[in-house]
Amino acid sequence: MIHDIIAIIQDYWLLLLIGQYPNGPLGGLANTLILSALSIALAFPVSIMLALARLSKWRLLRWPVTALVYITRGVPLLMLILWSYFLVPLWTGADVPSFVTMLTTLVVYQGAFLSEVVRAGIVALGSGQMDAARALGHSSLGAMRFIILPQALYNMIPSIISTFVSTIKDTTLGYVINVPDLTFAASQVNNQLLTQPFQVFFILAVVYYAICWSLTHVANIVERRITRRRAGLSGGAAPVELVPAKIISEQL
Amino acid sequence: MNGFDLSAILRNPEYTAMLLHGIEMTFVIYIGSWLLAMTLALLLLCIRFSPLRFGDRAVAAYVSYHRNVPTLVQLMLWYFGIFTLFPAGLTSWLAAHNAEAIFAVIGLGLCQAAYFSEDLRSGLRSVSPGQMEAAKALGHSYISAMRFVIMPQGVRNALPPLINHSVSLFKNSSLAIVIGASELTHAVKEVENLSFRTFEIYLIGTVLYLFFSLLIMSAGAYLSMRADPVRSARA
Repeated sequence: MIHDIIAIIQDYWLLLLIGQYPNGPLGGLANTLILSALSIALAFPVSIMLALARLSKWRLLRWPVTALVYITRGVPLLMLILWSYFLVPLWTGADVPSFVTMLTTLVVYQGAFLSEVVRAGIVALGSGQMDAARALGHSSLGAMRFIILPQALYNMIPSIISTFVSTIKDTTLGYVINVPDLTFAASQVNNQLLTQPFQVFFILAVVYYAICWSLTHVANIVERRITRRRAGLSGGAAPVELVPAKIISEQL
Repeated sequence: MNGFDLSAILRNPEYTAMLLHGIEMTFVIYIGSWLLAMTLALLLLCIRFSPLRFGDRAVAAYVSYHRNVPTLVQLMLWYFGIFTLFPAGLTSWLAAHNAEAIFAVIGLGLCQAAYFSEDLRSGLRSVSPGQMEAAKALGHSYISAMRFVIMPQGVRNALPPLINHSVSLFKNSSLAIVIGASELTHAVKEVENLSFRTFEIYLIGTVLYLFFSLLIMSAGAYLSMRADPVRSARA
């Protein structure tokens, strides 16, 4: 069993790492990481916009975004992937690679989830910050930009890392629309070998575990440091209650 | 293809039968894996709170594995991997009894047990140790203090994450399509292939999922309200 696993890694490590890259599209672990990093990078500004819209005093902004958040919370990611697989080529009128389809879905999905995290971070700061900033002559937007968001986003760094972890886990669903990621590479290996499915999927699970575990570990360290720093800043007073690492813990 | 027409699907007995079968299968998988997960979670919780050091480590490893490996990969490992290691007699029996659904229940249930047990544990841990001491001082035994003082508070604290995770379990039941279980998403794709009315059938599927998720969320909200003595007394 262990010899089989080592043999598979020796034969197929390049395929699992970068897919068929020089001869074909980039795939494997590299593509998984690029896809998740890109979708978090794009989902982050989207989530701030959505959170501000949800906190806005205009119903016209608040209601559609609330509906979007509830839809993404209530509908499986798989269903959303099927939607964009159908809609994105229809709207752009071009042959869209599955990578882009998956990226679009993840930006919408994680944007909606992160917006809840951002909103909770802003609400957790309390209204005193906004009142004080307004009293000092900031406009509502200026107070958001210079006083509220910097504090809220700093407290949210651990949640953002854990959202990155769930994005990595979400990219596995790209398998359904043939995004060439790590899971896709593993199933290719499995199709070539045919006789050792357990060994192949075991390697797959171990690789995902290693990545996600280390990122979760980093998130925990960062969270502890931020808690300590905030406790220090408030001058020996009771430590400020942080935003819990996962407000709506979403899992895949 | 002519315009938007929902009745083309809803009036077709073949398609509605497929969808109903899909809904039924989704609920079989959902309820089966929920029950498995809850039972296992309580078991894991007992091991965690027992004085055995080894048990604590083992449960922590179990939780860590199931939280850090994507659920889809866990399902694939079960269905494509571990299934092939079973003895031949068991394999053929499972294959004859809807193995896809059985492995979806096992895979999702084991994965969800990790989340449920962590929810319950953090709920119980948020009850301060003074509660136990006070209950003992008032003459409660360990068991009756657990039953009447600690558990009601702990479970109430654990309810919001439990509800969230119950909803995500319902959504994750759609992953069973990858190992070939004939649940709702599968039914949606099948109707799409037959009717070519992609927009309509996706809309129906989305609304169905949304409806059931919101149903679970509001059932959870009702439960939380009932569990809160202050609010339920006022109601």
